[in-house]
Amino acid sequence: MKKYILDLTVTENVRLHNNYVLIKLTQDKPLPEMLPGQFAEIRIDGSNTTFLRRPISINYVDRTTNEVWFLVQLVGDGTRQLATVKKGDTVNVVLPLGNGFSMPENTDKKLLLVGGGVGTAPMLYMGEALKKMGCKPVFLLGARSANDLLQLDQFEKLGEVYTTTEDGSAGEKGYVTMHSVLKTTKFDMIYTCGPKPMMMAVAKYAKENDIECEVSLENTMACGVGACLCCVENTQEGHVCVCKEGPVFNYKKLLWQI
Amino acid sequence: MADLSVNIGKLNMANPVMTASGTFGYGLEFEDFVDLEKIGGIIVKGTTLHHREGNPYPRMAETPMGMLNAVGLQNKGVHYFVENIYPKIKDIKTNMIVNVSGSQIEDYAETARIINELENIPAIELNISCPNVKQGGMAFGVTAKGAEEVVKAVRDVYKKTLIVKLSPNVTDITEIARAAEGAGADSVSLINTLLGMAINAEKRKPVLSTITGGMSGAAVKPIALRMVWQVAKAVNIPVIGLGGIMNWRDAVEFMLAGATAIQIGTANFIDPAVTVKVAEGINDYLERHGYSSVRDIIGALEV
Repeated sequence: MKKYILDLTVTENVRLHNNYVLIKLTQDKPLPEMLPGQFAEIRIDGSNTTFLRRPISINYVDRTTNEVWFLVQLVGDGTRQLATVKKGDTVNVVLPLGNGFSMPENTDKKLLLVGGGVGTAPMLYMGEALKKMGCKPVFLLGARSANDLLQLDQFEKLGEVYTTTEDGSAGEKGYVTMHSVLKTTKFDMIYTCGPKPMMMAVAKYAKENDIECEVSLENTMACGVGACLCCVENTQEGHVCVCKEGPVFNYKKLLWQI
Repeated sequence: MADLSVNIGKLNMANPVMTASGTFGYGLEFEDFVDLEKIGGIIVKGTTLHHREGNPYPRMAETPMGMLNAVGLQNKGVHYFVENIYPKIKDIKTNMIVNVSGSQIEDYAETARIINELENIPAIELNISCPNVKQGGMAFGVTAKGAEEVVKAVRDVYKKTLIVKLSPNVTDITEIARAAEGAGADSVSLINTLLGMAINAEKRKPVLSTITGGMSGAAVKPIALRMVWQVAKAVNIPVIGLGGIMNWRDAVEFMLAGATAIQIGTANFIDPAVTVKVAEGINDYLERHGYSSVRDIIGALEV
């Protein structure tokens, strides 16, 4: 897919709560094609300490309003600076980067989308693509506490939603892999994005239950296009760039000890 | 339009803008962003005789106005390059240059000999300055004797333009540059990355798997500029300047300091189209100051 460097305009920047913002961007021309699971490299302007772009996954593409959404967790100086953009500001992005999730062969498959923390971001766009295709995606979303469960109203429009929180303030208490839906339903395919320990636990569940599973990695990146070889993951084919060969991988390709 | 052409050895370049090895892949990674043929020369990823997996992850740490990397020359080896990559890049109409690295003199010479046979690779850049491999690499670049030995061995088997990439991690870079010149180098490029380190205080751990790594980016520019100025006065072969060049103004500064051409590295990560913008910016500068040729500003620093 052709990649673009674009100056996009902020249409909205919503503070979801303390640690998360949802930034919506547009341009006059129709936005390029983007697939669920792909990401953008966003330039951070006006920060003394941020030199590199920040890789942020595509949260949603709204074709009716010609907007691309980015759900940003405020982690360090770069994301904090990005979170200060206002309506009308310009944000420079390089997109779409990497490979997205694979789409199921037919609509009969039982599909589970597991997101943890800000890792729920790509699941919204993926869920919509699956629903459009005629599938019935099921979402299992985990977070530290109720406040960290993001965009639940959006997810509920797309399919069944199950939640877990570590402190029990919403949904079932514990981690996503402890949720009862995993005991009551046999899924054919799992898509997951979130902290690495969570994805490893999900992949382990998939392996033990003979379920196909794709994971979306977020190794530290510089270039985003497969040039600098910084974000490598160890796979059966040796070190490969997460930005170019991923970020989505079938867990079987990875050398995870699970 | 000013005349932007420059020569490095037998290499004719349409403009002085090149890409630094390891920051631009094989060029193909950037073809959606820039017209590759508008770049004076593209130096592709470091190539060794044998396949190298490189260092373990994590390999990168962002630093104020820069970054550290510890890639460790990951590449599939020169034979893979000849069979699988060369066919894809040989028809790109600019100077496609291969960066050659190794851990022993024989490996450097053998890799250079193999690349010498590739018709559409008019030059190599000999990397005697990689700080991220345990054996060799920088070992050859930190003594005049080491540099001389490896350059001589390669010069014996390599007939086209030979550029030698120098390490800044030395006491006197002019001494190494003169040794490379004496051993037959057509040009020297500098600087490779500066040895640096990053620590995660919360975890009390180094950020990089290799503990130390090579620093690049805007923060290193003043050091690179100083070294280019020193080396340009010390040798008679053309100098290629690199280190922290982010825009056309930085590029002009390196040329005023004595560089015949410049390389853009880490800046490609921040603006994948920066190379062509720098070439255009140099042209605008020349027109604004009434120079007809970019060659007029090489070493034109008034002190």
